[in-house]
Amino acid sequence: MKKLLLASTILAGLTGAAFADGHEVKMGVILGFTGPIESLTPDMAAAAELAMSETAGKVLDGKTIVPVRGDSTCTDAAAATAAAERLITAENVVGIMGADCSGVTTSIVNNVGVPNGVTMVSPSATSPALSTIEDKGFFFRTAPSDARQGQVLADILKDKGITKVAVTFTNNDYGKGLAESFAAAFQATGGSIAISAAHEDGKADYSAEVGALAAAGAEHLAVFGYVDQGGKGIIQTSLDTGAFDKFILADGMIGDSLIAAIGKDLEGTIGTLPGSESDGAAKFKEVATAGGLAKNDGPFMPESYDAAALMILAMQAAGSTDRAAIQGKMMDVANAPGEKILPGELVKALDILKSGGQVDYEGASNVTFTEVGEAAGSYKELVVKDGKFETVKVR
Amino acid sequence: MIDFLNAFVLFSNFVLVPGIAYGAQLALGALGITLLYSILRFANFAHGDLMAFGTMAVILFTWLFQSWGISFGPLPTALLALPFGIAITAILVLLTDRFVYRHYREIKAVPIRMVMASVGVMFLMNGLVRFIIGPNDQNFMDGERFIIKARAFKNATGLNEGLALKSSQALTIIVAIILVSALFWFLNRTRTGKSMRAFSDNEDLALLSGISPQKVVTVTWIIAAALATVAGVLYGLDKSFKPFTYFQLLLPMFAAAIVGGVGHPVGAILGGFVVAFSEVTVTYAYKKLFTYLLPADYAPEGLLQLLSTDYKFAVSFIILVVVLLVRPTGLLKGKVI
Repeated sequence: MKKLLLASTILAGLTGAAFADGHEVKMGVILGFTGPIESLTPDMAAAAELAMSETAGKVLDGKTIVPVRGDSTCTDAAAATAAAERLITAENVVGIMGADCSGVTTSIVNNVGVPNGVTMVSPSATSPALSTIEDKGFFFRTAPSDARQGQVLADILKDKGITKVAVTFTNNDYGKGLAESFAAAFQATGGSIAISAAHEDGKADYSAEVGALAAAGAEHLAVFGYVDQGGKGIIQTSLDTGAFDKFILADGMIGDSLIAAIGKDLEGTIGTLPGSESDGAAKFKEVATAGGLAKNDGPFMPESYDAAALMILAMQAAGSTDRAAIQGKMMDVANAPGEKILPGELVKALDILKSGGQVDYEGASNVTFTEVGEAAGSYKELVVKDGKFETVKVR
Repeated sequence: MIDFLNAFVLFSNFVLVPGIAYGAQLALGALGITLLYSILRFANFAHGDLMAFGTMAVILFTWLFQSWGISFGPLPTALLALPFGIAITAILVLLTDRFVYRHYREIKAVPIRMVMASVGVMFLMNGLVRFIIGPNDQNFMDGERFIIKARAFKNATGLNEGLALKSSQALTIIVAIILVSALFWFLNRTRTGKSMRAFSDNEDLALLSGISPQKVVTVTWIIAAALATVAGVLYGLDKSFKPFTYFQLLLPMFAAAIVGGVGHPVGAILGGFVVAFSEVTVTYAYKKLFTYLLPADYAPEGLLQLLSTDYKFAVSFIILVVVLLVRPTGLLKGKVI
């Protein structure tokens, strides 16, 4: 019996190795498929996998990139690290597109990504703390830092003549980082923060939190939380008790599920979301529709596509599936010089690289990496109008 | 005068109304705990998860009714589903009694073994609920959500502050009053109720006078299941249903039962309101209230919040510890756990 087990294990190991050497290269997709942003992640993963299917059979000597999904849970660092560990050691992925939320991303980078020398590109981790993380160059993000988002939010409020707001943030790295950068930027423009209070996700009742926020005497409430979690509860309770009816939302709160849950009381709500109305963004919508995706303009979908695309191009530029070699080429393919590449042009980019040329990947979200490997960042200013988030302008 | 009215409305909106509704929900839960304690003589740790199970049963029936197109007009459909949910929950507790607690009663186990057994039952129910309906939020409130909307109130009265009264809050209070009156009538006026009280006072004497212990135990469990289900459904309608929050409710409910005096039904109700109002008043920020009440020059700068809302659960802990140290029998003289 033991021998049989041993034999079958070896056999399984051999076939696994055969796959790795054959025409399939595995790439990890670690997103919070369960947890507070679970309504966003399926579309994000689909966008990333679109980049892989677009280049199927075209990478290096006819290789196909296949996704291996892992669940980051968005909140549970231990679960996220275990998922990443599995992908890296058992599935032998060449790179990871992910993770999504800032806290779990930090712990994966520190505990698994950097020690194993695996390139990670997060489409949505936006905590300012990730800019200075000790990543030895292995961590990139196609989402800009919240230091920028805080500034953009402050600018929008200034333009609208709003000078006093109450702030509530989800009690984690993302929420705290954004609340701090917003407070600094808003106070610099002459605004004042009436109260800045954390909220815990996953509670049934937010009336005490809303009571405290309302007592501070501001008319607008800025919610830096998650759309399927505490953030929604705070907004619902605020409307129920009449505490606030004007809201300012950050990227984690932008989702159609919020409008579906709250309804028309949300009209006029202001929000920001990384992204642009560039050629790339429009092109991405076409590609997504043609690729048969359920949605073509969900939050963080362009960033997810770009994250996967960048790693594929870096792999081609390096000419190998070696993890360290991929990391070494990331900056080259993302930034100038080279031919500009938009969504849907990945095969063209691969051909340019194969013939020894250079590319400057623009992608769906107008990617340009700063020297620490993160998107410089443009944001869409959104407003809720007729039951939909509409883009007012790009900042 | 207007300032005073504004202050009163503000206080009602954020402290009084939510506090009363939450207090009534806790009181119903604490009543079940206290009843089980005085008659079956053990602290039932599975009560929070029993509430979760009962609520889940009601939610499933609510969905069934909704799929049949049945609704209850402006009232939530869950009210129609309530009797069915209670029946299922009663069957579950009677089964657990038959297969778990009866054994310990027969061997006359010390109470602490019953308590430990109930911890086991708690985890079992915990898993059962998650297995059937999952660990996520379920919102099953339908019908009219508000009796008074904050904005409508502002427009009608011309005050700065709005008062919102959710139908779930009004419903909680009405149902709690009806249920508690019925329970007291039952305990004081009916033969079974009296035999339960006799059994609670002195078990041996009750047995000698021909009271059937099995009947008393069965009726007690059914009442506890009904109370837990109703409390859970009201809490779920008012806030939202999530198995984990129901598990967390165990602490404030126990605090309520002990503060009021364990084994004392009136005490459980009193305790429920004491705990609820302590939680709400300690974590409320009074800045705006005093801005209305005090002359403009004295308007407070800070938030005047005693405790951050993060520490809400600590309040029930503190109450529990203080009561056990200072007055272990509770406010109304109950038994000592």
